[in-house]
Amino acid sequence: MSNEELKTIISEILSKASFEETGEWLNIGLEAADWKESAQKLRNFASMPFNFLFCLTCIDWKTHFTMVYHLRSTTTLDNIVVKVKLDREKPEIITVSDIWRGAELFEREVYDLFGVIFLEHPDLRRLLLTDDWVGYPLRKDYEDPINMIKL
Amino acid sequence: MVEEIGKTAEGDLIINVGPQHPATHGVLHLIITLNGETIKKVEPHLGYIHRSIEKMCESLTYRQFIYTTSRMDYLSAHINNHACALTVEKGLGIEIPARAQVIRVLMDELTRIASHELWWGAMAMDLGAFTPFFHAFRERETINDIMEETCGARLTMNYMVPGGVMIDLHPNFQNRVKNFLTLYKRKIHEYDELVTGNIIFQNRMKGVGVLSKEAAISFGVTGPAARGSGVSCDVRKLYPYEIYNSLEFDEILETEGDSFARYMVRLREMNESIKIIEQLIDNIPEGDFQAKTKAVLKLPKGEYYQRVETARGELGVYIVSEGGTTPYRIKFRSPGFSNLSCLDHITRGGKIGDLIASMGTLDLVIPDIDR
Repeated sequence: MSNEELKTIISEILSKASFEETGEWLNIGLEAADWKESAQKLRNFASMPFNFLFCLTCIDWKTHFTMVYHLRSTTTLDNIVVKVKLDREKPEIITVSDIWRGAELFEREVYDLFGVIFLEHPDLRRLLLTDDWVGYPLRKDYEDPINMIKL
Repeated sequence: MVEEIGKTAEGDLIINVGPQHPATHGVLHLIITLNGETIKKVEPHLGYIHRSIEKMCESLTYRQFIYTTSRMDYLSAHINNHACALTVEKGLGIEIPARAQVIRVLMDELTRIASHELWWGAMAMDLGAFTPFFHAFRERETINDIMEETCGARLTMNYMVPGGVMIDLHPNFQNRVKNFLTLYKRKIHEYDELVTGNIIFQNRMKGVGVLSKEAAISFGVTGPAARGSGVSCDVRKLYPYEIYNSLEFDEILETEGDSFARYMVRLREMNESIKIIEQLIDNIPEGDFQAKTKAVLKLPKGEYYQRVETARGELGVYIVSEGGTTPYRIKFRSPGFSNLSCLDHITRGGKIGDLIASMGTLDLVIPDIDR
């Protein structure tokens, strides 16, 4: 299905979504407050359930964070990208680990490396770094004079 | 092996498997809550080999960052490099010469066989059979020798670069691959006779670590682990890259979802790779092995995502570019990471003795998970 067709279908179920034409897949912009409800709608969409969350990550844009969710439907093989903008001072978003169970580890990784708080996450702890690690390494302003080698 | 023995308030036993345990094949640490012999919870504890490759890549150029990815899933080094090269080529719109495409696919499939061979030997060893390991290594060494001759390395090859491959094939390549094919076909029946048909082995694998189709999708499991549960997820078939859509091979699917199904998928997948190699080995086109590219690569502002099928599943490379010579943000969606997330689900309620069989058939490579 082409991105245009996907856009028509998805704008019907997600009224608050904004669309963006960057990259090869349809980009859907959402507010953090609407994310949970929209995620459930996408997951349970009858003709095309976006049941496979294949990538979950975050980007630090220095002024804000963007959460990026790559979704695909195993029935129609269509891909979409959902982007949610987060406040850099207070990065909080609701977890989707109850919708796509694989999200649990992905979200722990993002918490560990970006410091994004996932509300209602079942087990939000550091994943890769030690529990007493200070700071969030993948943030652009992270400095570590001991462990980081600047090229 | 066991670092610390503790008890929970309910009287359950907590034991640690790893970080140094022969069956985890790397520094994976599992914290297991046991009620008698029954597993109540398996909690993976990661990060022992975390090198922050994603952060490192932010200060490396588009030519340099590829070399770090050989160190992720070191058994699929070629395929990791391939994914990165494809992403950069997608951003720059480079056309790859036909010869380079064929070489890349040949190398990918040889890697896949070598990786499955190692898995097969190690899997049998985890379950207590030591001999299969030597049988697997006999064939795997042949592949490593082929790699060494052409790429100059046996594990971290760094052979695929944006635009093609680094150097042309060694003159002996075709002959040696053909010798390997003959050897493989003469020996492959031993695999079934030695392990697959063994009743003790089957009893330890069948019905153990069952992963349903729905759970596999929900956990984001890919690769042979998901195909054992009947999820069609072979990127080579679903989203063909390079020349895979012009090749004849089957996607192997099993429906049981237990350890034995995952075992059978990998074993049969090796034969599919052999099929691909046979189609290509006599048909390597003449011509350039690398497209002409600029010395300094600059990806236009935007986002690029490319996925490939490694020996373990779907590897995704996500590059966010601001137009400079280095990526602004890079994310590797590694197959092992998602496959690991279902470990607790498939082992819970089972016996601790079955944990190794379940974990072994997920084929986890720890540097791929920690990155």
